[in-house]
Amino acid sequence: MSNQRKFTVSHAPFWHNGSKISERSYHTIFAALPAVLFGVFQYGAPALAVVALSMGSAIFWELAFTRLARRPDTIGDGNAALIGLIFAMLLPAATPWWVVITGTFFAVIIGKQIYGGIGGNPFNPAVLAMAILMISWKRYFDFDTALVAYDFNFDMRYPLAALKFFGVSSVWSFNAADLLMGKQIGGIGSTFGLGLILGGIYLMIRGFIRWEIVISFIVGVLLTSLIFQQAAPDTYAGPAIHLFSGYTLIAAFFLVPEDSSSPVNFVPMIIYGLAGGLMTVLIRNQGAYVDGVIFAVLIINLINPLLDKIRPKALGRVG
Amino acid sequence: MIKKPFFGLKKQGFEYEALKGDKVELQKISTPESLTFLIERKNGDGLDIFPKQGESVKAGEKIVLGGEGAYAVSSAAGLISKVSPFPGDFGQRYAAVTVKTGDEQAEDETFASLSGDLNMRNVIDYFAYLPGKPDVKALADSERPISTIVVLGTDADLLMTTNQYVVQHETDALNTGVSFLKQVSGVAHVVIALPQYLMKKAGAIGGASGVEIRVVDTAYPSASPYFIAKNVLGRETPAGQSFEDIGVFFIKAEAVAAIGKAVISGRPPVKKIVGLVKKDNSRVMVETLIGTPLEDIFQACGVTVNDRDRIIIGGPLTGSAVFDLRQPVLPDTDSIMIQDAGDISPVSDYPCINCGECVRICPTKTPVNMLVRFCEAGQYEDAADLYDLYSCIECGLCSFVCVSRMPVFQYIRLAKYELEKIKEAELSAEESDE
Ligand code: SF4
Ligand code: SF4
Repeated sequence: MSNQRKFTVSHAPFWHNGSKISERSYHTIFAALPAVLFGVFQYGAPALAVVALSMGSAIFWELAFTRLARRPDTIGDGNAALIGLIFAMLLPAATPWWVVITGTFFAVIIGKQIYGGIGGNPFNPAVLAMAILMISWKRYFDFDTALVAYDFNFDMRYPLAALKFFGVSSVWSFNAADLLMGKQIGGIGSTFGLGLILGGIYLMIRGFIRWEIVISFIVGVLLTSLIFQQAAPDTYAGPAIHLFSGYTLIAAFFLVPEDSSSPVNFVPMIIYGLAGGLMTVLIRNQGAYVDGVIFAVLIINLINPLLDKIRPKALGRVG
Repeated sequence: MIKKPFFGLKKQGFEYEALKGDKVELQKISTPESLTFLIERKNGDGLDIFPKQGESVKAGEKIVLGGEGAYAVSSAAGLISKVSPFPGDFGQRYAAVTVKTGDEQAEDETFASLSGDLNMRNVIDYFAYLPGKPDVKALADSERPISTIVVLGTDADLLMTTNQYVVQHETDALNTGVSFLKQVSGVAHVVIALPQYLMKKAGAIGGASGVEIRVVDTAYPSASPYFIAKNVLGRETPAGQSFEDIGVFFIKAEAVAAIGKAVISGRPPVKKIVGLVKKDNSRVMVETLIGTPLEDIFQACGVTVNDRDRIIIGGPLTGSAVFDLRQPVLPDTDSIMIQDAGDISPVSDYPCINCGECVRICPTKTPVNMLVRFCEAGQYEDAADLYDLYSCIECGLCSFVCVSRMPVFQYIRLAKYELEKIKEAELSAEESDE
């Protein structure tokens, strides 16, 4: 009779809004496509090879690790593929294959899996890997030398390097519209500003990234660069150069708002974003590195746990 | 089921269901062959009941268990055929008493024969198993005196309408119940909380007896007692304390109307109004004896259930799933929901990815993303001390939006339960030290 039937017994709530991790990963990959395709189109087969190798090896590392650690397979959630893609977007098209593979190893294993996998990583995995590689093999990440084999019909100097080594007058020839349309050299998926912005807006309105972080990061970059420029217009470049060159836009939409390494409460998100923008410009203007994004992101990742302690008073909390 | 909106930026949320139409017909369920009543077993309670197994009970007669006098009320006359242990969620233990109903219609006269004015003792002795399950002991607790009684004309979860039905259709009984409660408890301040659309009834309710009528917002979970206390009464319940601690007593409209009927007729009501939510989310309101097995209700309403479907007592966000169709209607069963196997989204064993959706939706500003990590790791004390475990009012919204599909809500409830156990163990250890 009826009592032989097996019903599904589980815990409340019995409704779910249908969201899932894989959806988040694949939509982020989708949003990155305009910028990635532009890079592949511009740099051709080598760029495609880097992207494919990076995604493939990231997935491989994840699979290998979960197998060895006897954890459930997680590659289906798309997070490893996403890390691979984001990492590739930061690389010059001419990156040697072994640098790519080492990089994804650092990103997936050191950046994520040893912290227990998705959600446990204190740093953005792709950024952490970039930082390690930039320190270890500096020369592969000097865009001017890395991309010396290419010749396009636009200014082939890496804008931030020009700015750093030849001063602000050397970048007056870059105009915002050209930079936005990808007429600059840089990482495979980092130069097509318009594509990054479109993808980023998509992610924000779909709720896949936290818009508060994105906006405050951009505001942080603009404000800081403006202040520097106002203080010494002959030494420092203005907001447009800082916003549209280097890793600024990819960071705003794809690096800074990474779920695990960023805060979720409102005030912390704002501070986190602003601090990221500030550090980015500060390192660019004052530091040893051409682009400040990578280290700026690591620094704000580091203060994130502290920041997220600032939170609204919960209902009924005393004191 | 409501999906995440395409524009995920839009704040997600639910509205309580409003009971449409001025006159809602109840589908009456006839007396089933057997009825089952659950009586909570406190520490040390066995399964000894009075009247005993094999003896007969009248309609309205009390079945008493154990030393503290916990009881159920048989909703029909019959023979006590079985007493068995019955587990509840989170370690609660019950005695399940089954009564085989017969043709005989004998009614218990004990309550009717009480002489003189009814007092608080009578309330405790006869009203604890009324439909709506009033917590009569809390009302009488002299250590935590009540200064305000709040009558809930709202329902606790989505898709539920029992109390709204009572406000619409049982105004007289409700008024009698309110007056009686005021008089017997000596509490002068009575507030009736209603959704806006029922305010047109406000004139008829309370009328001369001077109760305060207040509107409760329709956005879930505004009708949670915590939010009514805070937004309507202006009294925030400190985390970890109960409403009685701040002098507020909540009682459902259905229970008040049942008290009213008991006072008017001398017979405490034994019928419960239950919303039956079918697989397509359509709803019938049924009137059935407390103790009726779910399968009898399904049969009467032409509901078929299949393997792997989910049967839920209560609402979609906070109810509990049952595994047996013989599960009876309890005094506080306001809603029964059937969910098709295909509509069930599986939970996963993924960890929290820190997406922050739960923090955005939590109405109590609980830091769910951190809390759940500590609950999952079994660090319950830190969860309570550092991450506001006791601020959570158990609305279930965090699990509803969790991208990882973690059983967030379940982790939270489990943590509270485990802490409760630890506290009890410490208390009894202290007592034995003395
Ligand atoms: S159940 Fe979840 S969303 Fe609701 S109050 Fe508790 S922590 Fe917040
Ligand atoms: S919704 Fe789930 S995955 Fe997202 S932060 Fe909350 S608990 Fe973590």
